[in-house]
Amino acid sequence: MLKKNIIKQLSIFVNNEPGSLASIALVLKECGINLKAFNIAESSGFGVLRAIADDPEGACRVLRERNIVVKQTDVIAVSVEDQPGGLFRIANIMGDAKINIEYAYAYTGRNGPSIFLRVDDPEAAAAAVKRAGMVCLSQKDI
Amino acid sequence: MTFWNEEIETMPADELKKLQLKLLKNQIINVYSHSAFYRKRMDDANVRPEDIKTLDDLRKLPFMYKTDLRDNYPDKLFMLPYQDLVRVHVSSGTTGKPTVVGYTRNDLDNWAESLARGMTSFGMGKNDMLENSHGYGLFTGGLGVHAAGEKIGATVLPTSTGNTNRQIELMLDLPVTTLAGTPSYIFHIADICDQKGVDIRRDTKVRMAIAGGEPWSESMRKKLQDRTGIRIHNCYGASEMSGPMFLECSEQQGLHVWADLCLIEILDQNGEPCKDGERGEMVVTMLKKEAFPLIRYRIGDISRLNWDKCACGRTHPRLDRLSGRTDDMLVVRGINVFPSQIEAVIGEMPFLSAFYHITLNNVNYMDSMVIETELNEEHLTDDMITLSKYRSELSSRLKEVLNIKADIKLVLPGTLQRFEGKSSHVTDNRSWD
Repeated sequence: MLKKNIIKQLSIFVNNEPGSLASIALVLKECGINLKAFNIAESSGFGVLRAIADDPEGACRVLRERNIVVKQTDVIAVSVEDQPGGLFRIANIMGDAKINIEYAYAYTGRNGPSIFLRVDDPEAAAAAVKRAGMVCLSQKDI
Repeated sequence: MTFWNEEIETMPADELKKLQLKLLKNQIINVYSHSAFYRKRMDDANVRPEDIKTLDDLRKLPFMYKTDLRDNYPDKLFMLPYQDLVRVHVSSGTTGKPTVVGYTRNDLDNWAESLARGMTSFGMGKNDMLENSHGYGLFTGGLGVHAAGEKIGATVLPTSTGNTNRQIELMLDLPVTTLAGTPSYIFHIADICDQKGVDIRRDTKVRMAIAGGEPWSESMRKKLQDRTGIRIHNCYGASEMSGPMFLECSEQQGLHVWADLCLIEILDQNGEPCKDGERGEMVVTMLKKEAFPLIRYRIGDISRLNWDKCACGRTHPRLDRLSGRTDDMLVVRGINVFPSQIEAVIGEMPFLSAFYHITLNNVNYMDSMVIETELNEEHLTDDMITLSKYRSELSSRLKEVLNIKADIKLVLPGTLQRFEGKSSHVTDNRSWD
């Protein structure tokens, strides 16, 4: 039942070279993939474009057809209040539930601001969010 | 000109060659009776010790290869039991298994004798203080240079590697006249002196140096000498030979290879001897080694030998600067590195594919090594913590095996070119001009 709270993030891997982000972006454009939110993380040899798309399954398929290395990663999206303390509230819930946040990034969509969280246990995180009376977004809410 | 052993060092070349023949005959008899390994090799080649009647007969003897050292790990090449040995050194081999070299008391004496003659030949003596920044330990550089320094009566300051600030502090506070280390490290000391406002000419007594263990050039020497006022003398050796062995005299016109200790052949690509002064592959025979035999050893270095008498009065042949390798060995910060060693470590890591590429650079003559290696599909993750764990696991294992720090770049599956050949694993951008 909690599964609907898991959002499939695309993790698109790109070697660290000038122009490689542009070439990925071009493929996204050509394949008609719209990104709702993304961030970029960098390792020593390559970067990761972490992105939320409308249809992650379909996006993955077309990207792989274009020889792009992509994986799906489970994240959760939590609605936050657009005011001071919004981040504190969600971070505190994770802390109390002993859930480790690997990374997070913010997004503002039609349902207001929310935060995507990559945590070590997404299901437990979603349950903790619900218990605290907050809302996890599902794929169709984004 | 002062000599350490004038009679030997200035012996006319024809007499030297006679002496070499006598020593060679004795050594072949010794090796044939004490080394099961080399005896078999001679039997297989149908050569007996009594077949060696002239120096040219040396060419009848079979070669020894680096792989022989690996295959006979750890001590199967030793000609004497441990009770007759007083030391062993261990250096990295071509893959995984290191090379273990044993020494009798006489082996250590001959080693120190060789360097003592060399040190004396550029003016070192008992009035000098030698700051030895070669590594002490399993590596032969530290203890080898140390023993020779003491033998000639110099005062040895065993600083070993690293801690450049302290090395400089001691150069300032003590009457250090001579440095020993790798050329790039001496260059580094000069750089740090500049940064600290230390003028080596004005603030220290350092005027001489011994530099070896890695490739460098005449122009690098000139720059360093002009900049610091230190006369820098090239040094050559290898752990198989004992350690650092031969030095340049004050003329700086090639390394004096003591013909009563070591016989170097220079061979062309067909295995035929090169003419005096022609470049070719060096093949090394050690004439007095007791514990660890080295007969016609394909050491892998390329250089040339010149029997013309040196202006210093020494008659022994002089070895030119090395001009390359016959194999894919790399010398990085004074440490011998074989791509096969790196390949073996990469093979141990379950998260990596077999592909890798090594890039070498040197900024201010200080080497750096970047190893690019591919994650495999299964272990590819966007979790930076896991990725940095992978990187440090590989990095610390490489440090263990190679004793060298490399920058690790993990790249995506399918990124690195799939080469068949060996040398394409390496891009060497270093320059010593």
